[in-house]
This record gives sequence, structure tokens and C-alpha cells, in this order.
Amino acid sequence: MASSPFATGAQAPTDSPMLPAHWRDFVALTKPRVMTLVVFTGLCGLLAAPGHIHPILAFTAILCIAIGAGAAAALNQWYEADVDAKMKRTANRPLPAGRMDRQSALHFGVGLSFFSVVLLGLATNWLAAAVLAVSILFYVLVYTIWLKPRTAQNIVIGGAAGAFPPVIGWAAVTGDISALPVALFMLIFFWTPPHFWALALFVKTDYAAAGIPMLPVVSGEVVTRRQIWGYTAIMAIAAMAPVLLQLTGIVYGTAALLGTALFAVFAFQVYRRRESDPARMAPEKRLFKYSILYLFLLFGAVVVDRWLLA
Amino acid sequence: MTPEENDRIRARQKSRALVMGLLLGALVLLFYGITIAKMGGN
Repeated sequence: MASSPFATGAQAPTDSPMLPAHWRDFVALTKPRVMTLVVFTGLCGLLAAPGHIHPILAFTAILCIAIGAGAAAALNQWYEADVDAKMKRTANRPLPAGRMDRQSALHFGVGLSFFSVVLLGLATNWLAAAVLAVSILFYVLVYTIWLKPRTAQNIVIGGAAGAFPPVIGWAAVTGDISALPVALFMLIFFWTPPHFWALALFVKTDYAAAGIPMLPVVSGEVVTRRQIWGYTAIMAIAAMAPVLLQLTGIVYGTAALLGTALFAVFAFQVYRRRESDPARMAPEKRLFKYSILYLFLLFGAVVVDRWLLA
Repeated sequence: MTPEENDRIRARQKSRALVMGLLLGALVLLFYGITIAKMGGN
């Protein structure tokens, strides 16, 4: 990490150091596009939970999950500004491009983290707030600072950070954590490796340039493809667990069975291939895109199922 | 600092202040709503 308060990016700074960062760059620091899945899974956890929550408090809970995710993203970019500068995909972010100083990003991230946790605690309950705090700390300390630069399995354990939102949504309503939110946590946890490694297969040159030990860089594509297939098998068990444990009904069961079968087909195609040219990785890109749709589908089905059961 | 740089800084500060003002206004409404919702629950 650079000691200079101003990022030393691959591109020349576009603004004078005296110029305060634009508010749009603070928004960009929260990675709003990545937030969509976090907000959606958190909302589904909240809607699937038994019991009643006032709509304003429900809105506040989802807002806090979104702000917490944004805070974690800001702190991630604060820590990784030098790494981001080395990758084409991230070089134009506010810090590596020189549009914002690092201290502003740090203060912004820490401030948003405290704000989201305290607001969630006051509006709903302190269990939900504690889980939100753990998810932010896990993403920043365990994933970003500890695992990501050290091990090719970074995404496996670090993926837990993205699995917390349905637990937070559920806890905001009920004040406890029962079997279904834990099952949803496990689903996202085991979904993350095939989802992310499919992406890493066709953008691996970027990670290699930045020295990030992503699996395709460290162990090669064959191992990555094998692990995508292996984690897909574990994910399939996690996807069917809510049905087998009778936590959900026929709607989720059907969606999980068909959705996971298609996921497995796409993952198997990726496993069988030996293509290394990023320009010819249509099946890998298809698996990545489908994995996002898959998570939306299954979480939507959980909500429909729980409402039908209720 | 040139007059042009000064103008750019002022414009940037103004846009940030405007956004901050809007956010604070939204927070006032949100806290009002939360208070009403919590009072209704008790």
C-alpha cells in the first residue's frame, strides 16, 4: 500500500490535488452495481422471514445493508488502490485515477460502516446490526487484507462476506437466526467460487498483472475448471438443503432442481474445456452470467414459497 | 492558484454541499419515519 496520501495510479491524475473529490466519485467508491445482488438477497431474507416488520423499518434495514456493502467496497478500494492501478478493469476507479485522496476514502468507508451498523441497530435490533458489522469486518480484514493477497483460495473463505445479507434481512425481522437463513448463507457461500472463478478464467490476465494470487494464475486453468465443477457439486447440495430440510416447498424445490441442473450443465462444459484464449471463452462467460441469474431465481423462489406456505 | 482553478474548486465544493444538503434532508425524513414506526410498534 502506498504511503502517499494521493494514489499513484497507472493514469496521470486528472484533477489537481487541491480539488476536492467529486460526489460522483464517492458514489463510485461504493460499487453500486455490485450492490444489486447484496440488496436483493438481503431483501429476500427479510421477506422470507416469519413475522411482521413495519415497511419503513424494512426499508431502513435494506438501506443499511446497502450502505454497509458500500462502506466495505470503499474500504476495499482504499486498501487496494495500488493493485487497482495495475489492472485495466480497475485503473479508472477514483483512487488509482487520482481523482480522490486515500484519506477521504478511508474516512468515507469507516464513517459509512459505523453509520449503517448503528442505524440498523436502532431501527431493528442489535443482532442484525452485529451481523452487518461482522460482514463488513470480514470483507475488509479477512478477505481484502488477509486472504486476497496471500492465497488462491481467497474467494472461498472470503465469499462468506457476501453471504451475510439474507441472514441480516432475516434477523432484522425476527431478532434471531434459524435454519433457513443459515441454509441461504451456505448457498451463497458455495455459489461464490464457481461464480467468481468463471470470471477469473476470462479476466485472468488482469489479475496476473496485479500479482493477485487468483486460482487460474497460481494453479492453472485445469485446476480452476476442476474446482469450479467440484464447488458446483457442493453448491447443488446447499441449494437442495432447504427442500430436504422441509424449510421450503414445491416452488423453491422446482426452481432449485431445474436451476441447479442447468448450472451443473454449464459448469460441466467449463470443466471439460481446455481453452485458454480469453477471447474464446463463451462457455465461461455464459456460466458467469447464468450464475447471477441463478441466484436471483432461487432467492425469488424462496420468497414466493414462504409466502405460499404462510 | 489561478482564477480558473479557484472557480473549479468553488464549483466542486458547491455541488458537494448541495448533495450533502439533500442527503441530510433525506435523513431527517428517514429518522422521522423510523420514530413514528417505532412509536406505533409500542
